[in-house]
Amino acid sequence: MKADETLTAVNLLTGFLGSGKTTLLQQLLGDPAMADVAVLINELGEVGLDHHLLERIDDNIVLLNSGCLCCTVRGELADALLDLYTKRSAGDISWFDRIVIESTGLADPFPALSTLQAHAVLKNHFIIASVVTTIDAVNGETQLAGRMEAVRQAAAADVLVITKTDLADEVATARLHRLLARLNPAARVIEAGQAKASDFLASASALNEGESMHEALHAADAFARSGDGLHHHHHHHHHDDHADAHEHDEFDVQSFSLVIEEQLDWTAFGMWLTMLLHRHGDKIFRVKGILNVAGEAYPVAVHGVQRLVHPPVHMHEWPDSSRASRLVFIVEGIDPALIRSSFQAFNDLSAKVL
Amino acid sequence: MCSLCGVLGADDHWTSAVARPGVYTRNVDQAGRRREAANRMKFANAVLRSRGLKIAEWQGSSYILSSPTGASRIFRNLAHLWPEAEAMSGRPFDPLDPALLDALKAAK
Repeated sequence: MKADETLTAVNLLTGFLGSGKTTLLQQLLGDPAMADVAVLINELGEVGLDHHLLERIDDNIVLLNSGCLCCTVRGELADALLDLYTKRSAGDISWFDRIVIESTGLADPFPALSTLQAHAVLKNHFIIASVVTTIDAVNGETQLAGRMEAVRQAAAADVLVITKTDLADEVATARLHRLLARLNPAARVIEAGQAKASDFLASASALNEGESMHEALHAADAFARSGDGLHHHHHHHHHDDHADAHEHDEFDVQSFSLVIEEQLDWTAFGMWLTMLLHRHGDKIFRVKGILNVAGEAYPVAVHGVQRLVHPPVHMHEWPDSSRASRLVFIVEGIDPALIRSSFQAFNDLSAKVL
Repeated sequence: MCSLCGVLGADDHWTSAVARPGVYTRNVDQAGRRREAANRMKFANAVLRSRGLKIAEWQGSSYILSSPTGASRIFRNLAHLWPEAEAMSGRPFDPLDPALLDALKAAK
C-alpha cells in the first residue's frame, strides 16, 4: 500500500442535530491513537460551544465559516482541506495523518464525499476512509421515521454509533439496534459508550479491504438465506427480527441483496451501475459488496454512496467459501426485482456483444 | 474540464480508476487500457443502438456521440455519456425501464 501512504485519510462524522457528534468526537480525541488528527468542524451558531470544547482538545481546528456544509461544501470544504494540506506541507501546523470532518446535523453526506473524490486536487491527496454516523437512542427512531436527512446519513454510514443510551430505556435501544440493522445492514453498529478510536480509524475504503466488507457480506448471506437472492424474483417485506427486505416505516426505504452466482463482466457491470446511479442515484443510498469478476482470481470490492462510487478494491483473497457476487443495496422506492432483472439483462448483453 | 459541472481535471471515472496499490482498474498499461476502452465502446453501442445512437472514440482522448440525423456531441469523460445520450434522444436512458431491458434482451 505504498502509494496510498501519500493519501491522507478523511473520516466524515455525520449525524442528526443533537445526536452527539461532538461528544463522541471529544471522547475519541482523548485517545492517543487520535493524536495526529486534524478536525474540521462547521461553525453553526449553536455549535459555538462545541467548538470551544474541541479547541481545548486539539489545536488543529479550521472553522468553516459558511452556515451550512450542505450548500457550500464544494468551495468551503475544499478550501479548508487545501488550507490544511498547504499548512502541513509548509510545517506551519503540527503534522496530522488524518482529518475528521464533522458535518452539520442537517447535511446530506453526499456533497462532502463527492467534494473529496471529485475535486481535481483533493482527490490526489485525500482518501475517504469512512463515514461514521451518530444516532441518538432517545430521538433516533423518530428522526429516522420523519427526516430523510437522518435516513440518508444512516444509510451512508460505515459505522453507526448509537449515542445517549444512558438516557434511553433498554427496550428502545434494542429496537433502534434492530431498526438500524434493517436500514443499513452494510454498516457496523456500536454504542457510543463502547466506541473506541479504532472504530473510527478503521477504514471502509481501499485502505482496508476485507474487514470493511464483513457486515455487507453477512447481510447478503442473511438475505440469501431468507430467499431474497437473485434467483428468487419475488421479494417480501417482513418486519421481524431477521430483517429481510424491509420497508422503512414512513419512507419507502428498503435494503436487499443482489446475489449473482455466475461470474460477471466488469465492463457490463461498470456501465450498468453507472447508468443506474445516473438515473436513480438520489434513490440509491448505498451499494456495497464484492464481485466475482470474470478473468480475476480474487474478488473486487465496490462501495458507493448515492452517485459516488469509491475506487474499486482488488481484494487479495476471498473472505469466505462462497464465490458468488454479493451486493447490498439500500434504496428508496425502487423495486429490488427491477434492479435484479436490469442487472441480468446487462450482464447477458455482455455475453452477446463482447 | 467536466463539461457538465465545469470542474477541471475531473476526467476519471470509478470504472477506470487511477492505478494505485489495492485499486481494481484496467487502466494499468496501454494494452489493457485499449482493450477495455474498445469493450466499453462495444457495450455502450449495444445499449445505444436501442435508440439509434452511436458512440466512438475521438482522437484518443474524447468520445463522439452521434444520432441517425447527424447530430453529434463530443465529451471527454465517459460519465457524460448518459446525460448526453438523454439530451440527444430527448428522453431518459433508464436501466430500470422494462422497454429498454426488452430491447437489450432482443439484441443480437
